[in-house]
Amino acid sequence: MVNRVLVGAHYGLGSWMIQRFSALVMIIYTVIVLVAVAVQPPRDHATWKALFSQGWMRAATLLFFVSLLLHAWVGMRDVFMDYAKPTAVRVMLELAVILALVACGGWAVQILWRA
Amino acid sequence: MPNLTLKKRRPVWYNLSPLALPLPGWASIFHRISGVVLFFGLFWLLYLLDTSLQSPESFERYKAAVSHPLAKLVLLGIIWAYLHHIFAGIRYLMHDLHVGDQLPAARKSAGAVFIVSLALTAIIGVAIW
Repeated sequence: MVNRVLVGAHYGLGSWMIQRFSALVMIIYTVIVLVAVAVQPPRDHATWKALFSQGWMRAATLLFFVSLLLHAWVGMRDVFMDYAKPTAVRVMLELAVILALVACGGWAVQILWRA
Repeated sequence: MPNLTLKKRRPVWYNLSPLALPLPGWASIFHRISGVVLFFGLFWLLYLLDTSLQSPESFERYKAAVSHPLAKLVLLGIIWAYLHHIFAGIRYLMHDLHVGDQLPAARKSAGAVFIVSLALTAIIGVAIW
């Protein structure tokens, strides 16, 4: 028996875990928002804003966005790995996605803490 | 010594239509398509969240923006993508736990993902129109 580790640092496992845990966080957040909106339907700007200015809602929404950004990164990277074969093209696309997602993260924080 | 050059005549089957996917295959490719749709939808949804929260005036702008028929159509497309992605995703999470991962059950649940997400999209579409 020859026991040799042929593959590297288990990067695949990390992505696999990120994808599933972030999915769980987003599913739970979706249910929370649906319940919150059903319990107190936001009729106007004041009630809608009040929903998002609560501390727990801000924290939950921030967790949602962090999960979303990680999930979208792993997903888009997987798509590029399948279809964008030339390395230069793939790296450019991946870079564009990373920049876009980080910008979205900053935007989301602004939206939440201005509300 | 057996004659190694003797070859069994096996039937040759060429799949002439790569699109003849079984139902779980369709659920899978639409899981991918809906994911990409959601990535691009994210920017617009963030814009909508931003305008809806900023001020009472911007809230009116948000209401005007989403009441346009074209906006409703795009929103409905994103809602379908979200529903399909989340239900297909829950199906995969169940498969990870070996729940319903046998072929007959997996075929049924793939069909259920399409039916439930499309039906909910239709209901929401009627509600927002």
